[in-house]
Formats: sequence, structure tokens, C-alpha cells
Amino acid sequence: MQYLLLIYSNESQWGRMSEAELGKVFGEYMEFSKGITASGHYKGGNRLDATSKATTIRVRDGKRVVTDGPFAETKEQLGGYFLIEAKDLDEAIALAAKVPGARWGSIEVRPILPVMSS
Amino acid sequence: MGCPVNLEREDFEKIYREESGRVLATLIRLLGDFDLAEEAAQEAFATALEQWPLQGIPTNPSAWLVSTARHKALDVIRRRTRFQGKQEELQRLAELQVENGRDAESEDVMLSHVLQSDDRLRLIFTCCHPALKIEAQVALTLRTLCGLTTEEIARAFLSPLPTTAQRLVRAKQKIRDARIPYRVPPMDELAERLAAVMLVVYLVFNEGYNAASGDALVRRDLCAEAIRLGRLLCELLPQEAEARGLLALMLLHDSRRDTRAGANGEMLLLEEQDRSQWNREQIREGLALVESALRSAPPGVYSVQAVIAAVHARAERAENTDWAQIAGLYDVLLRLQPSPVIELNRAVAVAMAEGPAEGLRLLDELEMRGELRGYHLLSAARGDLARRLCQWSTAADAYRQALALVSNETERRFLARRLAETESQRQ
Repeated sequence: MQYLLLIYSNESQWGRMSEAELGKVFGEYMEFSKGITASGHYKGGNRLDATSKATTIRVRDGKRVVTDGPFAETKEQLGGYFLIEAKDLDEAIALAAKVPGARWGSIEVRPILPVMSS
Repeated sequence: MGCPVNLEREDFEKIYREESGRVLATLIRLLGDFDLAEEAAQEAFATALEQWPLQGIPTNPSAWLVSTARHKALDVIRRRTRFQGKQEELQRLAELQVENGRDAESEDVMLSHVLQSDDRLRLIFTCCHPALKIEAQVALTLRTLCGLTTEEIARAFLSPLPTTAQRLVRAKQKIRDARIPYRVPPMDELAERLAAVMLVVYLVFNEGYNAASGDALVRRDLCAEAIRLGRLLCELLPQEAEARGLLALMLLHDSRRDTRAGANGEMLLLEEQDRSQWNREQIREGLALVESALRSAPPGVYSVQAVIAAVHARAERAENTDWAQIAGLYDVLLRLQPSPVIELNRAVAVAMAEGPAEGLRLLDELEMRGELRGYHLLSAARGDLARRLCQWSTAADAYRQALALVSNETERRFLARRLAETESQRQ
């Protein structure tokens, strides 16, 4: 079964980190990605650019409303994701716990709804 | 099968309460679905209600029920598949037909293979999975393992019926759709997961023992269910000392059940209770369990609390209570689990051991820290100690504070009485 691991953390922390600290975090993410690719759990994943680069679109009454920024202001912001294959929630939780961001942020584990068969 | 029996509704309900947990646990494993298992189990029990009065109660009721339920499940799946044509359902249908064919050999073979004692363990751990809200864990455990109806659970926790019903529906949906596995956790997770299970059992007992609001001080049924769950944990996990500690704690508290309320329903404190009415059987069992738990492992939070309860249980009269030992035990407990509520209990014990002035000093410190704001027992304790020191004004203020916060009717009457006594002293 597939799950989406949504990686949330306070974005402002990145600006406060040194080159060396950032390098360390990216290194940990590389390790993690390599690990779950080797184990066959990895189905996809990406880092997202900051919410300051985000744009939100809504269509109401046929009119397109475009706003600068994320869909809502939140204390922690979505910074990236992994799409994984896991046999059950416990396995997905174990993987989510290994995401480096789990140590300072929050990882939401969401089941992917299976494609409806006709 | 036996000969026709006069099966009273009462007998049947007793069998339902005893067997439904075991039957459901096995069915969930076999069918892989909570709702399907519940539906099938209900139909099997309905069939039993029809057939057992005529044919007699089977020698192994749970095996009969599981077997009947599996056949019913096939019907349920067929009905669903006809309308939805789901692939998974069809596959399960096929698997069940093969299994049923195989097990039709002999009832004995089925008895030994189908029902596994592990099933109830799987069920408890699944119901108490951390991915479920604590209220859902409690409701689901009471429903599936104890066979309580949704109405009974709602009444016990003073929740509106639709809220409880919705809670159960959502929990089962989450188990199914997020795929919470139906298994006993692996060794490296067991300790943490067991703590969650024991917390649920403890919450159920606590709710029964200290009804949060409403009239009755003790709700027997919940205590009995919690004790039953505690026994199950000890039976299924004999190597876990804390499970014994938890059961001991519950038994020792429950042993005082009949003495906690006076003739007019008023609340009686430990020192006012008629100890001759304490249940000796429960005390005997509780004390044995405490000793067993302490021999096996360094004590955890439940075992320490059980030892405290044991000190009370061993004192023939309230005056014989070793309060210094109890205060020391609270120190141990605080090291395991720092908590202002436990500090409050410790202060009360210190007051008994060293005098109310020392206890009141500790309680005043606690009050200043503000963590227990809104907790009526802190104000009640301060009132009590101030009263014993003849500090009438302080006592009256504290009792008034407690009255503003208390929600249990019996406790409220007790505090009101104390306030009246204190005010009359001030005149």
C-alpha cells in the first residue's frame, strides 16, 4: 500500500543555519533516500521551495482567484515529501520516524486512496 | 451437543460477555475486517440464541460461534460482492471457501487450530494503537474485548451516544483504510505499546472508580471490565511484571468498593471506611500479585501504586497505617513519573506522617507553581489540612475554591458539609 510522507517544519530555521549545518542535513536526507530506495520502499520524493515562492489558486463562481503564498499560514510549513510503498501503517511509521525532519518537525503519514476499479 | 436446556436471557448475556471477545478476536484475524467480523459474530450469536435452547450449549461455545460466523461471513461477502464486485472481496470469498472445506474434517481439528489465545492479544494491541485517539482506543477496547454496547460505553463515559458511535465508526475505518496491522507488536516495540494498553485499562478502571461527574462515586461495571482486561493481560503476557502490578492495583482499590459510600450515599474517606467490609479475597489476590511483580522486575508506576495500596490494605485500622512508608513510596513514584498530582498525594501522606503543618507547606508550594489550577483535589486537601490546624479562614476559602471546581455530586456534598463545619467553627 502507498503512503505519502509529508514533511513539515518551521521554514525560518533554514535561514538561521550555517553552510556546514545545511550540508549535514542534506547529507542525512541523501542517506535516507538511498536507504529506502535500496529497500524498495521509495516511489518518489522531492524537496519543495519555500512557501514565499508559493501561489494559491481558487476558482469561485467561475472566477479565478490567485493569491501569493501557501493555502494557509501555519506554524510549520510543508517542505517536501516522500511517496513510499509499505505493507502496513506500522512499517510506514517506522520509515517516517527515520526522516531527518522528524527530529525537529512533523511527518504526516497519509494513506494514498487506491485507484477505483470499475 | 447436550439436551435441550432452559436458556435464560441472563445466561445468554453472560456467555456473550465471556465469549464475544475471544470469538471476535479470532474472526478479525480470519476475515481481516472489523466490521465484517462484528456483523458475522452478531449473526452467529443470533443463531445461537435460536438453536442452543433446543440443542443445548455446545461443549466449546467459542469454536461453535467462530465456525458459524465464518459461514455467515461468506453470506455477507456474497451480498456485498454482488453489489460492488470488489476484487478483494472475491478473493477473500475464495480463500474462505477453501478454508471452510478443509476444516470441515473434524470439529477437534478446528478447535485446536482456529482459536488462538494470541488473537485476543492481537485485538487489544490493535485497539490501543497510538494512531487512534485515546478516546477511540478506550471505546474500541470496551466494545470488542468486553462486549459492551455503544449505549453502555456512551453512558459510562457520559458522552452523547452519536459521539461514541461516530468514534467507533471512525476508528474502525482508520484501522482498515490506513492499514493498521492486526498483530502483536514486535519485541522492540512491545514495551511502549504495552504501556498504551495498560493506560487504556487503567483509564477504564479509573472512570469506574472515580466517576468524573454525576451521582455515583463508583461505577461497578467499568471496574469489573477493567479487572477482567487486567486478568487477560496477565494471562496472555505472564512475563510482564507491570501487568501484575496493574491488576494488583485495581483489585486492591476495588476491594474497598462497598465501603466508600455511607448509608446516605455520602462519600467516606479511607479513615472512615469499615475495613471489616473490605473484600478479603481481592486483597489476598492483590497482595500476592504485588509480591510476584516486585520479585520479577524493578517496579514500574503501576506496581509502586499497588504497593501503596497494599500498605493501606495491610493496616487493620486506619491508625495503623505506615504513612512514612507511603510517603517514601511516593518519592519512588515521582522518580518514575514526575507529576504535580503525585506530589499532591505525597504531600497528603507527609501530612499524616509528620503533621498537617508540613503537608500544608508542601501544598502551598504546589499552589504557587500553578500547575494544578482548576484541580479541585488540591484545594480540598489544603482545606482539610488548614482545618486540622484550626486555620478556619484559610480552610473555608480553600473549601469554597474546591466547591467551585468539583463536578462529582457525591464529592460536592462532602465538600459542602466540610465547609459548613468549618464556617460554624469560625463563629
